[in-house]
Amino acid sequence: MIAQPERKIALWHLGVAYTAFLIGTLMGVLQVFIRNDALQLPAWLDYYQILTAHGVLLALIYTTFFIFAFFITGMSKSLGSFGPKVRLFSWIGLWVTLLGTVMATVMIVAGEASVLYTFYAPLKANGFYYVGLALVIVGTWISSFALVGHYMVWRRNNKGQLSPLFAFMTVTTIVLWIIACLGVVATVLFQYIPWAFGWTDTINVELSRSLFWYFGHPLVYFWLLPAYIAWYTIVPKLLGVKVFSDSLARLAFVLFILFSIPVGFHHQLTEPGISNFWKFLQVVLTFMVIVPSLMTAFSMFATFEISGRKKGGTGLFGWFKKLPWRDVRFTSIFIAMAFFIPGGAGGIINASFQLNEVVHNTLWIVGHFHITVGTPVAMTFMGLTFWLIPYLTGRRFTKRMQRLGFVQIITWSIGMLLMSTAQHVLGLMGAPRRTAYSGYNDHPSAMEWFDGIISNHVTMAIGGTILFLSAMILMYIVIMTMFVSPKAETPEQMVEFPLAESDMSNTPKWLENWWIWIGIAAALIIIAYAIPLTHMIQHAPPGSKGFITW
Amino acid sequence: MHFHKYEKIWLSFGIVSLIVFLSVVGVSAFSQNHTPSGGMDTIDPEKVNETAPFDNPGVTQLDEDTYQVAIVALAFGYNAPDLRVPAGKEIIFKVTSTDVVHSFTIDNTKVNMMVVPGRITTKSYTFEEPGKYLILCNEYCGTGHHMMSTEIEVY
Amino acid sequence: MDKKQSDHEVNLKGTLVSVFFVGIVIVAMWVAVYLMYVAR
Repeated sequence: MIAQPERKIALWHLGVAYTAFLIGTLMGVLQVFIRNDALQLPAWLDYYQILTAHGVLLALIYTTFFIFAFFITGMSKSLGSFGPKVRLFSWIGLWVTLLGTVMATVMIVAGEASVLYTFYAPLKANGFYYVGLALVIVGTWISSFALVGHYMVWRRNNKGQLSPLFAFMTVTTIVLWIIACLGVVATVLFQYIPWAFGWTDTINVELSRSLFWYFGHPLVYFWLLPAYIAWYTIVPKLLGVKVFSDSLARLAFVLFILFSIPVGFHHQLTEPGISNFWKFLQVVLTFMVIVPSLMTAFSMFATFEISGRKKGGTGLFGWFKKLPWRDVRFTSIFIAMAFFIPGGAGGIINASFQLNEVVHNTLWIVGHFHITVGTPVAMTFMGLTFWLIPYLTGRRFTKRMQRLGFVQIITWSIGMLLMSTAQHVLGLMGAPRRTAYSGYNDHPSAMEWFDGIISNHVTMAIGGTILFLSAMILMYIVIMTMFVSPKAETPEQMVEFPLAESDMSNTPKWLENWWIWIGIAAALIIIAYAIPLTHMIQHAPPGSKGFITW
Repeated sequence: MHFHKYEKIWLSFGIVSLIVFLSVVGVSAFSQNHTPSGGMDTIDPEKVNETAPFDNPGVTQLDEDTYQVAIVALAFGYNAPDLRVPAGKEIIFKVTSTDVVHSFTIDNTKVNMMVVPGRITTKSYTFEEPGKYLILCNEYCGTGHHMMSTEIEVY
Repeated sequence: MDKKQSDHEVNLKGTLVSVFFVGIVIVAMWVAVYLMYVAR
């Protein structure tokens, strides 16, 4: 078990994460009923307020706090106890991030920030919404530097050695996060905040969008990589084998540093102000970032097959039956991976230059989101939660909780399958995203969208309701394992941190030379962004005043 | 660093597929003019109504086979009177916004344009089938976002 | 790096078939949307 102070820091992160999860999922279920025209909101509450809260609290806050809880626990486990400075800065990071979260949430609830979590200018929220978001980023940076500091101490004490795989992957994710945040920090600090407080009159809209998406795509890798860390370092332990290939796992992760950032234009393929050359260049770079995910797919199946064969599975697929299906820690993550197959394939479509015109800003994108971050990432986090909280509290993960865990992940899967399939199909038919209930004056096309067997409001509402029930079961498990479940007394009752062994004997040292990767990443970012961003600044049209249209 | 033989096969297949995808969209985009909507033209967002072609929004015939359609998007509608265009002719859509970001999206077509204040988005499209097409905004623009729509008639 | 030990490689036939299943999903979905794009 890791040291008490780290357990406390990690548990606080989890507490905030699941508070955000509770409110965020409630906002989610309200939406499907409003879209279904089954629910009228009171006058003081607006659909887009709820939508903003849903996005901010789940996509930004739940993920971020969970990720740091996982990192803090794993870094303490794999590199040893934190020193006093690392602890102090982890706490400061937590409080600054929390302060920012509360500030942004208050602005959303007050109706001062119904601008969604993408906050596209010139929609102008209250300045404190942007300050809140900036504090969230600053807080994560403080927590990040604390972890990097802990890592540097370890490196100093273990000269010439490769760090454990978990630590390596954590540092990779943090490097990616710090570089990615530069874009959003630049736009929030130098564009949004001065403009929102009235110190400047106008804003360069296209520049703000481009800086946002410079951050926005690696943001999704900031969510995905911690899930991949679990897939690479936790899953093999649950299967009773070693990591399939330590060096290929590390190689995949450094490829993410290189190729997940200079790709933001693939979110802006149908907009003006970026020439086709630069759009297409970033499309090509986006395709490069698919490669480490293809490598990951192979590693995962190989891990399964090696484990299954070790347990006596024969033939082409005999190993499949030997996987530990009764272990909810494994089954949850397996389902998460399965959802990522269509999720990732959909992502390739989104980034395919003009094909984006078919899906851009339709419900397809919402469906895509829910089978990438909403299930592969979120359900991996759920699968981790089952053991992470009892591990930290020293309580038992009882048989009853394990059964409930199965109910939770199966309901989540069914709900998500219904909802996201409906959203994908509706999107291909043309139904837009981010809309309250609307029949577009009963236009025949709009009527047709919602008339299908899968593509209708009812499927989405049923899916959303099942998801909400699943979320509440998870909340029950979280509260029980955090405060109520009996304390583990014997070693067998103790919940372990299942960290797999990784054979580093064939791993080249240069993989851990961060300056190589940061250097190449910087070069790629300059190639992809320097000229188009300079053009946006030098040939900018007159800027936009702010608008409050909600 | 060692790659299993099957991993080499898999990665080769994956990378070749990705190259094929890129080639298909790249060739189609750049040699057959199927690039997504865009454009580098700018405009003063506060003087849209005085600036050509938006001072006279709607359909203009440019020559025998080409029509231009100028549209001003604003919360929560489109300033685009009498949208009637012929099938089988090239229609060049030019759209800008006087306030926030919107989209100009024609259902069941390739026309799905982001509309950014200060910029003019351009897209060329040829309708095959006559009929009445729904136009809607698919970028969140405020309380009335889901009401923002109009119609174009193709004859 | 390439030691002799990794030459007698483990049996990963099931893995190969499985990843190709993933590959087929990717290609099929992409082709489907590409055809939709062309039809519009």
